Amino acid sequence: MARAVTTRRKIVTTVVAWAVGLLIFFPIYWTILTSFKTEAQAVANPPLFFGFDFTLENYAIVQERSDYMRYLWNSVIIAGGSTILGILIAVPAAWSMAFVPSKRTKDILLWMLSTKMLPAVGVLYPISLLFVQFDLLDTRGGLIVVLMLINLPIIVWMLYTYFREIPGEILEAARMDGAGLRAEILYVLTPMAIPGIASTILLNVILAWNEAFWTLNLTAVNAAPLTAFIASYSSPEGLFYAKLSAASTMAIAPILVMGWFSQKQLVRGLTFGAVK
Amino acid sequence: MATQHSRSAARLMMAPAVILLLGWMLVPLLMTLYFSFKQYLPMRGDSFERGLEWVGFENYVRFIGSSSFWPSVQATLLIVGGVLVITVILGILLAILLDQPIWGQGIVRILVIAPFFVMPTVSALVWKNMMMDPVNGMLSYVWRFFGATPVSWLSDASVESIILIVSWQWLPFATLILLTAIQSLDSEQLEAAEMDGAPVLSRFFYIVLPHLGRAITIVILIQTIFLLSIFAEIFVTTGGSFGTRTLTYLIFQRVVDSQNIGLGSAGGVYAIILANIVAIFLMRIVGKNLDR
Amino acid sequence: MGRITLDKVTKAFGEVEVIPPLDLTIEDGEFVVFVGPSGCGKSTLLRLIAGLEDVTGGQIRIDGKDATAVPPAKRGLAMVFQSYALYPHMSVRKNIAFPLRMAGLDKAEQDRRVKNAADVLNLTDYLDRRPGQLSGGQRQRVAIGRAIVREPAAFLFDEPLSNLDAALRVGMRLEISELHERLKTTMIYVTHDQVEAMTMADKIVVLRAGHIEQVGSPLELYREPRNLFVAGFIGSPRMNLIDGEEARKRDAATIGVRPEHITPSPDTGTWKGRVGVAEHLGSDTFFHVHIDGRSEPVTVRAGGEVAMHHGDTIYLTPDEERIHRFDGKGLRIA
Repeated sequence: MARAVTTRRKIVTTVVAWAVGLLIFFPIYWTILTSFKTEAQAVANPPLFFGFDFTLENYAIVQERSDYMRYLWNSVIIAGGSTILGILIAVPAAWSMAFVPSKRTKDILLWMLSTKMLPAVGVLYPISLLFVQFDLLDTRGGLIVVLMLINLPIIVWMLYTYFREIPGEILEAARMDGAGLRAEILYVLTPMAIPGIASTILLNVILAWNEAFWTLNLTAVNAAPLTAFIASYSSPEGLFYAKLSAASTMAIAPILVMGWFSQKQLVRGLTFGAVK
Repeated sequence: MATQHSRSAARLMMAPAVILLLGWMLVPLLMTLYFSFKQYLPMRGDSFERGLEWVGFENYVRFIGSSSFWPSVQATLLIVGGVLVITVILGILLAILLDQPIWGQGIVRILVIAPFFVMPTVSALVWKNMMMDPVNGMLSYVWRFFGATPVSWLSDASVESIILIVSWQWLPFATLILLTAIQSLDSEQLEAAEMDGAPVLSRFFYIVLPHLGRAITIVILIQTIFLLSIFAEIFVTTGGSFGTRTLTYLIFQRVVDSQNIGLGSAGGVYAIILANIVAIFLMRIVGKNLDR
Repeated sequence: MGRITLDKVTKAFGEVEVIPPLDLTIEDGEFVVFVGPSGCGKSTLLRLIAGLEDVTGGQIRIDGKDATAVPPAKRGLAMVFQSYALYPHMSVRKNIAFPLRMAGLDKAEQDRRVKNAADVLNLTDYLDRRPGQLSGGQRQRVAIGRAIVREPAAFLFDEPLSNLDAALRVGMRLEISELHERLKTTMIYVTHDQVEAMTMADKIVVLRAGHIEQVGSPLELYREPRNLFVAGFIGSPRMNLIDGEEARKRDAATIGVRPEHITPSPDTGTWKGRVGVAEHLGSDTFFHVHIDGRSEPVTVRAGGEVAMHHGDTIYLTPDEERIHRFDGKGLRIA
């Protein structure tokens, strides 16, 4: 609203908003803070917000104990691989739905989304069986395919919404200019949809990174990503708050950092392309 | 804008996605259906090679007759419903708050969306140990600070705790969608209503809320898809005890813990049916809203 | 070369037939304008020629060769869209070069042709800008530039001026006409604005509901509209159509008189009426005259500075030679 806001009102809303924001962020903040404490200080009563001995030893211990880098690498490969594969399959499909709509387009789109509603647990055993059959258990390739499949409907849907914002006349112009289908998608559609595609990629990396059903149930050692790494800390053994915090921080840090650097695309992506 | 040529190209380009998803849906589904009519306990020596015994609907009857079935349905609905209500209501309030002019809006927005980046296993562990632990958790300090007795959250208020954890994870998503929707509201509409003498509350109920209708449907749809299958949050915190055994978790236990594939598969079919009932409702609403 | 022949072309969307069987020949080098009210099928017809839509039946020939099943990219036509449809992520240079790149021309030849087009269209200073940084008129010129570098068999224009403001529209109209003079390439131009049609066309095709109502040069259409629809559509302000007693006196169901073919006078004439609204344009004045016993006012063109005002009595004399007569079916009586 183009109207002068009184400074007093702005101060009040600022204070309230910051309070709420910090409250929501607090568990993450507290975890990161605790990861730099010694185990004794981590459970001090009253809790220590400052004045503790800053230490990095928890990170060293966690790395030594569970080989963090290997899990991290698995997470990167699985999240990245499934997203890239998904994009490659979804771009042509979304092009078709957005620019050559038919009576069935909407039904197909809704059907795709509905496959996302199939409870994973209902098909857990058959999938593990197939994984055993094809020697995919505990492999990154197998997980890449599964995570690609569970996120494919979301990728198609998001790309479809972004593509629909692109006027069809521009693609027709490309066709009149002598572009074949491949050139049309490669040189005209994709560059125009870069922001939307970037948002889609970001959101899907996050979804794949954080996926915790298939990654827990289909991996053991070799292909286990960070979700499995952190799950191994679920049974407490002695004083472990600081180490748990360090492990947690290491598991979420890559995504948090990525999120901060690409905030704009991410915010767009987080709305699943559904709201402008 | 379609010619025969582009239509056939479109069909060809849609094929990989459609075929893959069709396979992903049908193959495991048919296998689950098959197992659900068999007695299959690998631990007791049942195996494919020796052939599985056909038991008709026995698994179905047993699964639904078990004392854990109805509580698990109840837990599922309670958790999904609770999270939806909390995230939608708080999401609207937060969105309105963030829509106000404030200093440091960008930073506050990052703070608010941060929980979405946190993987479910981590957020469950952090909440379980750092926040809700009855001895060392932050909440217990707060309770003690005010002279109250700390609560054993995950055993005494287990369902509420799960709802709290999951809501914390999904509130950013609801807030962002609703915020985007609020920002797209034509301010002239609100000014017109103000000129017509509508007070703040009625402006909210008659203009802002209806405008948010579509966004709210989308929040509900997408969250329901993800919430019906929450797993890690329960796996890590309560392991399904204290009334937090959702249908998903119950089936997981039947298949993985007690290795009763037939029974678990029958449960899987029930879960699929339940998901489809929800899906049909949601798709109706979304289908209408997709047209705009 | 660009001779385009439509042979019994039809188009239906599902059950709805938007173009009934239609024959039309566009000669090489002609400037043809498709004109008609919105929804008359003129844009659909253009898109059929472009290949952006399939014909339901019939044949389209370009220079004698059957092009009915040829995809748009291979028809050798260029199109300028209503929204310009520039590629927003490319510079003006790249936009204009895009069709050449698609045709696989070498870089030097691309540069040469882009430079020529930019010279012709006064775009040389803007070649490195993005379309978003250009004004509406400049964008329009880029779209035209993209079309001319291909040296197409024919240009298709789909209401290219409707997004420009009035002053720019007149300028661009002249530029397009000049371009045609220079290139002598076939141009097909779709518009709903009969002024554009009259000023630019060699040949006008008047369409209504997918039917061709009349084909002819602008003056033919002005002088001898074949039916009431064309009579009412061509000419501005529109022709006065009068039925009843006055028409019967002249052996017709309806007669039409253009405002410029009526002489007004303060004291003597054939019809007597009262001045309603008077529009003073400076060079001309248009009176809307209410004649006794008629509900529709008659529009009359008078000189620039005629001293008659609202409510004054006025006498009108139509030029009997230039009265158009139509029969009961709305067709012209020769």
